[in-house]
Amino acid sequence: MSNIHIQNGRLIDPANKIDSIGDLYIVDGNIAAIFDPPDGFQADMVIDATSKVVCAGFIDLSTRLRDMGHSRKGTFKSETRAAASAGVTSMCLQPDTRPAMDTASIAEYIKDLAEKANYPQIYPIAALTQKLEGSELSSMLSLKQAGCIAVSNALLPVKNLLILRRAMEYAASHDLLFICRPNDFSLSNKGCAHEGAVATRYGLPSIPEAAETIALAECLELAELTGCRVHFGQLSCKRSVIKIHQAKKYGLDVSADVAIHQLHLTENDITPFDSAYHVLPPFRTEADKKYLCQGLANGTINSLCSDHQPHDLDAKLAAFPETESGISALETLLPLMLKLVAQGAISLDQGIAALTHQPAQILRLPSGALTVGFSADVCIFDPELEWQINSDTWQSRGINTPYWGHTMKGRVTHTLQAGKVIFSL
Amino acid sequence: MTHNIQLNSEGKLKHFLTIEGLDKALLTGILDTAASFVNPSDGQIKKVPLLRGKTIVNLFFENSTRTRTTFELAAKRLSADVLNMNIATSATSKGESLLDTIRNLEAMFVDMFVVRHAMSGAAHFIAQQTAPHISVINAGDGQHAHPTQAMLDMFTIRQHKADFSKLRVAIIGDILHSRVARSEIHALNTLGAAEVRVIAPKTLLPAKVETLGVTVSHNLTEGLQDIDVIMMLRLQKERMTSALLPGESEYFKCFGLTEEKLKIAKPDAIVMHPGPINRGVEIDSKVADGKQSVILQQVSNGIAVRMAIMAMAMQHNGASA
Repeated sequence: MSNIHIQNGRLIDPANKIDSIGDLYIVDGNIAAIFDPPDGFQADMVIDATSKVVCAGFIDLSTRLRDMGHSRKGTFKSETRAAASAGVTSMCLQPDTRPAMDTASIAEYIKDLAEKANYPQIYPIAALTQKLEGSELSSMLSLKQAGCIAVSNALLPVKNLLILRRAMEYAASHDLLFICRPNDFSLSNKGCAHEGAVATRYGLPSIPEAAETIALAECLELAELTGCRVHFGQLSCKRSVIKIHQAKKYGLDVSADVAIHQLHLTENDITPFDSAYHVLPPFRTEADKKYLCQGLANGTINSLCSDHQPHDLDAKLAAFPETESGISALETLLPLMLKLVAQGAISLDQGIAALTHQPAQILRLPSGALTVGFSADVCIFDPELEWQINSDTWQSRGINTPYWGHTMKGRVTHTLQAGKVIFSL
Repeated sequence: MTHNIQLNSEGKLKHFLTIEGLDKALLTGILDTAASFVNPSDGQIKKVPLLRGKTIVNLFFENSTRTRTTFELAAKRLSADVLNMNIATSATSKGESLLDTIRNLEAMFVDMFVVRHAMSGAAHFIAQQTAPHISVINAGDGQHAHPTQAMLDMFTIRQHKADFSKLRVAIIGDILHSRVARSEIHALNTLGAAEVRVIAPKTLLPAKVETLGVTVSHNLTEGLQDIDVIMMLRLQKERMTSALLPGESEYFKCFGLTEEKLKIAKPDAIVMHPGPINRGVEIDSKVADGKQSVILQQVSNGIAVRMAIMAMAMQHNGASA
């Protein structure tokens, strides 16, 4: 293991309330000291971070790497490389892999693939129910022992609330976090756009906010009944934020995240029938977007995620309702966070916390901060560097982003995972 | 939110995908061109050599009789060669993608696609993907648009009512699932109608329908007051089984157009329906066949209007301009 000296960067560490220019010292893969060198420190490598920000590596709560049955959309290699180039050092993998992450052997196989890819730390999320079918419980304890960090049914429903109750009780028994993407399937009714003026004009099957808020309300009630710790992923509307706020005030142990693109795009941005904007939950109204931003600023929403979903070209080449939903979003995570800061919606400190310390707290990981003794998961970025999204700069196999061709501001220059440089520009 | 994919660099019609985004002059131009194809003495439609040597493909991913037939007749009156493809029973059932179907037909040197598809946005998608010299005419895409139907309806209205700005038009029935309704609303608003009113139960109205520029009524008796043009929509049978409506007889009682209800509208009101009609469900036979009905004129007008749209689009699609 080499000793690394990161020089003269703006160290931002919301967990330890640090924001000042200084140096960071890495020894044996761990953070050894900040500001002043540890005794007898000899650098094997020096990284000049002048006019750059140095913070903990990003922890992404919702990603999909495809591979296995989906390698035309993305592989462990392509997507972990994209993650590394985006400053992500830990990523949670949704359980809707092919096959679903419902047995220990699949989780172990994925951990093995991840180690071979030799890039960011992968935390598989276990399927809550077998084959994600919503009818029988998965072997959650075995999955936890195989390295799964939480349980979730991904985008698929557990229609029977008795089964959901039991699944949450069982998860709570093993101190497993339940990650819920709230969506009532009967109300979303195969929709592909927000139920509002735009869907009405284009004649698109639509999804009302109530599809999210009703499922969320059910899950909150069950959280209280079962004592299960619940994290709500990828919220899309104002009334969800209100419900989370009330639940937290009431004392429930819940947290929430929002996908970064939901804070920038609305139904009005949908260029007619451009499948790059086909995402679930759908882009909603200006008021929803504003409220989600406020929720992030006031701490109701704890964290930001990419909700990375790379697709092959064919998946997006059809009439809008027939295309697959999702955005390849890892590589826009940082610039879109910085854009929120530039817009005054959040502070840089809040933005970094939402990508580091907050998700670490949700997952109860000893990371997400520049604390001495922590694994040296570090992201160094230049907040002023402009770059264009094109095939030269983009790493993910999925080019399904509404920002293709756009110029973004802010770019990761170095990513270190456990003291190893896994990306440098 | 632009739709200029429909227009060439000079603002002329290249594709015809939706009424939205087209201006009054262009719509009026279509109506005037259509009128020029009709022999004023006997109402017959002349055969003209405008599209001689051109190949038009009727690409119907959904079943249709009337629309496909009038498109075919229109193409033949323009002297084009017509190929009818019923894709519902063809390649896509073998797993071929929409894009591959289009690419294969392009390779056969066609000049125009007339497309009907069950998914909203399908015609836009084809227009974006197809070779630049090919024009795309939307013959109905999902719940989005059916712009040629709207134009033939405007043509029919103009035969009976001279001034759009004085007209109050009621559209009655399943607005939610209707591409016809959306196109009619855009056409009527663009041509300056005094009021477009939609009349339906809430289950058959899309969210924020008023943002399309309509007034809303849930009651046929109230909604028909002062109306000059009544547009009935077809009610699909499957709406009864998906809990949108309790049953046909209750629907007919509330929203079916009978002779008595018709009397509430202005005495010279005309009754329209895009067909095929469900007698006794949305409309009483006595009204459908009555003297205020212009339903069969709509069908006849489909030929001249579709000729006008095809000729204009082909004229301005760059390759043959």
